[in-house]
Amino acid sequence: MKCQECHEREATLHFTQVNNGEKTVLHLCEKCAQEKGEAFIVNTGGFSINNLLAGLFNLQNNFQPAKQAQAPLYKEDSLRCDECSMTYEQFVKIGRFGCANCYETFKGQLNPIIRRLHSGNWAHNGKIPRRIGGSLHVRKNIENLKQTIQELISREEFEKAAEIRDQIRSLEKQLERSNEGGY
Amino acid sequence: MSLERFLNQAVSSWMSAEGPNSDIVLSSRIRLARNFKDYKFPTVFTSEEGQKVIDAVYQSVSGHPFSSIGTLELLVMDDLQPLQKRVLVEKHLISPYLEKNAVLGACILSENEEVSIMVNEEDHIRIQCLFPGLQISEALKVANEIDDHIEKQVDYAYDEQIGYLTSCPTNVGTGMRASVMMHLPGLVLTHQLNRIIPAINQLGLVVRGIYGEGSEALGNIFQISNQITLGKSEEDIVEDLQGVVAQLISEERSAREALAKTSNIQLEDKVFRSYGVLSNCRVIESKEAASCLSDVRLGIDMGFIKNISKNILNELMILTQPGFLQQYAGGPLRPDERDIRRASLIRERLNMEH
Ligand SMILES: [Zn+2]
Ligand SMILES: [Zn+2]
Repeated sequence: MKCQECHEREATLHFTQVNNGEKTVLHLCEKCAQEKGEAFIVNTGGFSINNLLAGLFNLQNNFQPAKQAQAPLYKEDSLRCDECSMTYEQFVKIGRFGCANCYETFKGQLNPIIRRLHSGNWAHNGKIPRRIGGSLHVRKNIENLKQTIQELISREEFEKAAEIRDQIRSLEKQLERSNEGGY
Repeated sequence: MSLERFLNQAVSSWMSAEGPNSDIVLSSRIRLARNFKDYKFPTVFTSEEGQKVIDAVYQSVSGHPFSSIGTLELLVMDDLQPLQKRVLVEKHLISPYLEKNAVLGACILSENEEVSIMVNEEDHIRIQCLFPGLQISEALKVANEIDDHIEKQVDYAYDEQIGYLTSCPTNVGTGMRASVMMHLPGLVLTHQLNRIIPAINQLGLVVRGIYGEGSEALGNIFQISNQITLGKSEEDIVEDLQGVVAQLISEERSAREALAKTSNIQLEDKVFRSYGVLSNCRVIESKEAASCLSDVRLGIDMGFIKNISKNILNELMILTQPGFLQQYAGGPLRPDERDIRRASLIRERLNMEH
């Protein structure tokens, strides 16, 4: 089968898209698929985030009781982002959010998707922005120090543990102050 | 224009300079995706917002204090000719998406082309650092410095629980893609790569060919990158990638040693045949050129060929892409004309070595 985009190369990747409950299959060569966006994860046999999301979305529908499953996929009252007015259905279709607030809006639906995309992970463990991260840095620091205390106690190094405990207390005071006065 | 002058203008630092382990690792790249908190993402933003993003990002970095980066130049996609954009893609400085689909797309490029900040790609900001050889941590360090500098003036979309918010949920968390480009002819010739790739996938890393389609990897050049961006720190992601790359380097080295032991004369023959093709061809397709270039580079690394510089593979893989050939020719070329141009450019470049 030839690629539907360039009509030149063999189509090796096949994407299922669900529009208004109707399935369409897109046949692309690898080159055209790549040009359509980095999100295509090529070596796993070619599945796209759109594809995955559409799959998850359908899965959720399949689990609904039969009566509800017959209801149209698009409901007037479906979830919609206040900031960019994207609906959850639109997000599933294009696989991209419209703005930062979409994450908050679709929070309820998002968790399983994010876990599946990131091999079960659901919490950020990396960089915190220096400026807007603000008190986050301090809280992260406190968490790390609390872990250190546990380790010190298990090694019976109580003096050092007490030092760290004082450090934690002063950091906690610092947090309180910044919460009171804003920053 | 003479080829030498064209080359001087065309070649980025990562293509010509030598880095650590550059006999096997061609380049290392870090890409950080960031977004403004208060503007809609590029997929749906207004052109007014798009312009504000360009202005704010350019303003935030134009007076940067990092001497190693040099001055930064703003390239607005709509102001560029299609061929100019194609060349930027072929040099890996912008993505095909920024070239073709982005609305109000721009790129802020450093003099030596090691730093390229894509603006209004899928995300508002994509900081990319591309270094020669195996230098992932170094690239991360520079990317972080630029990121911190931009963050002084820009309110990023960031969530305490899931980190940097990106347009596509595949990038959420660190927003970081770390990748390494490797030349692995030994593992391909000894049929070992297909055995190794599934094991690498198990570790959450993706292996793919950079040039060519489907399962073929033209020029035996592969890219290894992290698949997941959430749950691990940037440093841990880089460390995991580095571990796998170190493993691949040592397996590639043993494969080359084994080849030298068991079939030295056959290998030498293959190398010099390919050298013969490149030095004498009058018409050559990109596929054949890539495979010959890979052989010649292997021949240089293994000491069969002495007087040719190592970066010939890097350089010619890029310079013989359609965009570059047409830029050098000064206008559009049909595919058959490109094959003739490609042959003459390769011959000329090899002649410069003597
Ligand atoms: Zn195609
Ligand atoms: Zn939104």
